[in-house]
Amino acid sequence: MDQPASAYFMEERHDPVESHTLAVLVQNEPGVLARVIGLFSGRGYNIESLTVSETESQKHLSRITIVTTGTPMVIEQIKHQLDRMIPVYRVVDMTLTGRSIERELAMVKVRGGGDNRVEALRLADAFRARVIDATIESFVFEITGNSAKISQFIDLMRPLGLVEVSRTGVAAIGRGPEGM
Amino acid sequence: MSDKSHHPNQMTGAAMIVRALVDHGVKHIFGYPGGAVLPIYDELFQQSEVEHILVRHEQGAGHAAEGYARSTGRPGVAVVTSGPGATNMVTPLTDALMDSIPLVCITGQVPTHLIGNDAFQECDTVGITRPCTKHNWLVRDVNDLAKVLHEAFYVASTGRPGPVVVDVPKDVQFATGTYHPPRKADVHVSYVPRLKGDATLVRKAAALLASARRPVIYSGGGVINSGPEASKLLRELVEVTGFPITSTLMGLGAYPASGKNWLGMLGMHGTYEANMAMHDCDAMLCVGARFDDRITGRTDAFSPGSKKIHIDIDPSSINKNIRVDIPIIGDAANVLGDLLQAFKAESMKSDIKPWWQQIAKWRARNSLAYKKNDDVILPQYAIERLFAATRGRDTYITTEVGQHQMWAAQFFGFEEPHRWMTSGGLGTMGYGLPAAVGVQVAHPDSLVIDIAGDASVQMTMQEMSTAVQFELPIKIFILNNQYMGMVRQWQQLLHGNRLSHSYSEALPDFVKLADAFGCVGIRATKPADLDGALEEMIAIKRPVLFDCHVAALENCFPMIPSGKAHNEMLLPVEANDEATAVAFAGGKALV
Ligand SMILES: Cc1ncc(C[n+]2csc(CCOP(=O)(O)OP(=O)(O)O)c2C)c(N)n1
Ligand SMILES: [Mg+2]
Repeated sequence: MDQPASAYFMEERHDPVESHTLAVLVQNEPGVLARVIGLFSGRGYNIESLTVSETESQKHLSRITIVTTGTPMVIEQIKHQLDRMIPVYRVVDMTLTGRSIERELAMVKVRGGGDNRVEALRLADAFRARVIDATIESFVFEITGNSAKISQFIDLMRPLGLVEVSRTGVAAIGRGPEGM
Repeated sequence: MSDKSHHPNQMTGAAMIVRALVDHGVKHIFGYPGGAVLPIYDELFQQSEVEHILVRHEQGAGHAAEGYARSTGRPGVAVVTSGPGATNMVTPLTDALMDSIPLVCITGQVPTHLIGNDAFQECDTVGITRPCTKHNWLVRDVNDLAKVLHEAFYVASTGRPGPVVVDVPKDVQFATGTYHPPRKADVHVSYVPRLKGDATLVRKAAALLASARRPVIYSGGGVINSGPEASKLLRELVEVTGFPITSTLMGLGAYPASGKNWLGMLGMHGTYEANMAMHDCDAMLCVGARFDDRITGRTDAFSPGSKKIHIDIDPSSINKNIRVDIPIIGDAANVLGDLLQAFKAESMKSDIKPWWQQIAKWRARNSLAYKKNDDVILPQYAIERLFAATRGRDTYITTEVGQHQMWAAQFFGFEEPHRWMTSGGLGTMGYGLPAAVGVQVAHPDSLVIDIAGDASVQMTMQEMSTAVQFELPIKIFILNNQYMGMVRQWQQLLHGNRLSHSYSEALPDFVKLADAFGCVGIRATKPADLDGALEEMIAIKRPVLFDCHVAALENCFPMIPSGKAHNEMLLPVEANDEATAVAFAGGKALV
């Protein structure tokens, strides 16, 4: 296909896209999250999931876990771009280390009665989801696990009266005795 | 005495700002007053260590600070007010970020308790400038101000240099707190630029170079930013290796244009020999450049047969556009020093004479040739004559953006680093005139010339008034082709010759304009008058607007056409209508 006359080379590369989970240790200061998010939106990177919380309050350190997708070259760029931000201490590619555990928590509200209600409880049991709120016509389940498991549980709840879902996004940590 | 306010380190935020400038050796700042910076202006009034240059538009302050920084290697400083003052700084901040120029910009902000209230002249300065600074700060407590100011200077001028913004609310400027001089603990522990290159990789690089048969060195603005030592070492490396060297627009002057291994600039409007050498080389050493799209052409056809070494202080520059084989993260001077040692230990293993013979053939194509004319001044000729007239003088050149900028890069020979100030990454029309103001402030006795275009120069023309006020004898040499020449060139080549809004209609009379500004106007229209007029311009110790009428329809060649690789350049002699039509017909677009 011909391309329009342009000041730029318009052909895009189509390398295969990978999903990576990055752990980013940052100084917890005003605007730091805006910087990280602005980097992703400004440079057109994807954010599949993002979680953030202070992890060492004495040292004012926060840990951001980002699940992102991109070609290997883009993933490498993202890590370098994050790493060069002034308040960023470390960036670890949890996917590359191959030794990380990823968990997500979701709260899932289901409404219904009769067989659907019984079925929802039965499935919740099988997925080790806990009931954290109940009324005569509804449940809120709490479920923890990897994202795929949570998505699967939500899909199963859909025909049984799924009302809404709140997911935390992925948190990740490396296996073994070493810290990041 | 218990009165704390008499302690020498107790002072207002505004006083801290001036004190920090002095502590960082700042002699000049560029700025424009307004409500939210009045306390700072009050402090400036009562001291004489820092000279304030009043510009006519905040964008001018930013570019002047850039010119000051680029020509001295020290950070440039700008002070502007909140709201419109800050938003007017966005262009120079972005410009400085793209070209890695150290800039410290202090912005006033509305008082802390009004932030978020849509107060008069409030804007979210840190939000707006976050993507166009290396880092920025909003200071809410006067006791944080000293630390932030010191960190700002450190961040701007170390690692890959860049612009920073310190946003200071007016109440913080008024408040009294404790100042301390710069100290190490002022800097984020997470900010540690890497200076020293990995020794193993340096050895691998030396081995690769020593066995190369068709090597080329490609250097960029990072070599200039690293300081004079880097340029010295680069020259030594070229001398020791005997390799050909080319450079990006930003890197001109690191290796002298008169040097025998110089191939000229590379890239879209680079020389044939430089681009062919890049394409056909078997080993490429890239120092302080970033494989920008104006350099590479189509990335899938970029230097297909070479092993590539990339030295850069910014890890994110490596493997961004082009995959390299030996990435070395570190400061250019540091790594070049190590590489030089390692190369000397290796000793050259292959014969590169055949490569030089090949390069000689490419050179013989004379890719910068143009047809001389006795009746009209050709822009290339104008630059050649300007270069001749300034030879042996202590000259600094700035430019605007367009064809004139490319001709300046092609035809003006730079012998030293820090002598060439141009907006490369952002391509900001209006950069050159205020940049010249900044350069002249830093080098009052030097010859400072802005090579300008008729359209660009109108973007920041008001800074002539600054030049007059501060007796800065800058020379604005306008290549007046009555067109936005570069836009017209692309319209001719890529848009069916439909010259949509690229004619410079209703141009001012630049000589009369000079008169109105209280500076000197000179006009040249004939090649025979040019040399005399240039001599006159140089002799005048006041600001000059030089209106040089040049051939209106001249285009800038050589050029890498649409969707083509380095070895498919369009040369000027071949750029007749037919060849141009073929080169740009259909296909993928690149230019
Ligand atoms: C601020 C800004 N706006 C628009 C452009 C797009 N642009 C690039 S070159 C150019 C024309 C420049 O004309 P002139 O200054 O006369 O230089 P010439 O090309 O004629 O030498 C324009 C409009 C730009 N680079 N910067
Ligand atoms: Mg023009």
